[in-house]
Amino acid sequence: MKTAVVVFPGSNCEHDVVYALEGLGGSADLVWHRDTDLSGYDSVVLPGGFAHGDYLRTGAIARFSPVMAEVNRLAASGAPVLGICNGFQILCEAGLLPGVLLQNRDLKFICKPIHLRVESTNSILTRAAHVGDVLEIPLNSYEGNFTAAPDELASLESAGQVPLRYSDASGSVDETNNPNGSTNNIAAVSSGNVAGIMPHPERAIESILGSADGRILLESFLQSKVSSHV
Amino acid sequence: MADTTTVTVNIRRRPSISDPQGATVARALRDLGHNVSDVRIDKTIELQVPPGDPDSIRAAVTEMCEKLLANPVMEDFEIVINP
Repeated sequence: MKTAVVVFPGSNCEHDVVYALEGLGGSADLVWHRDTDLSGYDSVVLPGGFAHGDYLRTGAIARFSPVMAEVNRLAASGAPVLGICNGFQILCEAGLLPGVLLQNRDLKFICKPIHLRVESTNSILTRAAHVGDVLEIPLNSYEGNFTAAPDELASLESAGQVPLRYSDASGSVDETNNPNGSTNNIAAVSSGNVAGIMPHPERAIESILGSADGRILLESFLQSKVSSHV
Repeated sequence: MADTTTVTVNIRRRPSISDPQGATVARALRDLGHNVSDVRIDKTIELQVPPGDPDSIRAAVTEMCEKLLANPVMEDFEIVINP
């Protein structure tokens, strides 16, 4: 599987993503947001950062970058498409994932390791993990507070499209371990072969970095085959 | 006739969407002794467009709002075409 890691003006996690994927045995290239041909790729990562300066709304301008026609095509073809942090925001704006990421409840930029509980393995992010696993992964965002219209939320929850929630180290999920106000402690959202995650698995792949818990999520992504309908 | 027509677009978060910035400002105003029950902070975008029939201007700006300027998940918009 060859992964296109899209670079928007203002992206800043693209090298970490390539490093992480290649360290896990994947193959990844940086692709400029004006590229209009991703025919050599069978998976996509939209990395973190501040695409187009986050002007207007996070992801609002990036979703119209020329490369997004190809990202949409790959998503429709069943290819794994993963958005991390700002990439998650872009996928929501693009309509590839439901909902929206609002400013954090306390209007603070949050940059710290947090815990996530695996809620479902039915996603390109968690297929190699186990329900109940607790992962420690850095969160690094100002707009990480997920919400959606009530009917969309209900359908996300009933369809098991929430692979990860913010928790404490023991895996308990409640408002006291919700770092940013995200509805139902939602940290990631899945829709078939597309997923978005707010924390940064690519920054937790070696114990020398403090945690290697992000590996299982990126390994899941690399194991997701085209049209596998996870 | 003016060279351009000014169109003001007011973009407001839905009432159901929290506005932590507004809530913080409301608290600060109350700390200053003002009697304020709620604050919402929203966006105003001013566009200069070629003059023309107001209905077609409104249709064009509506498309801009639906596509880019507003996010229908969390925001409503109001278009004011200035005479």
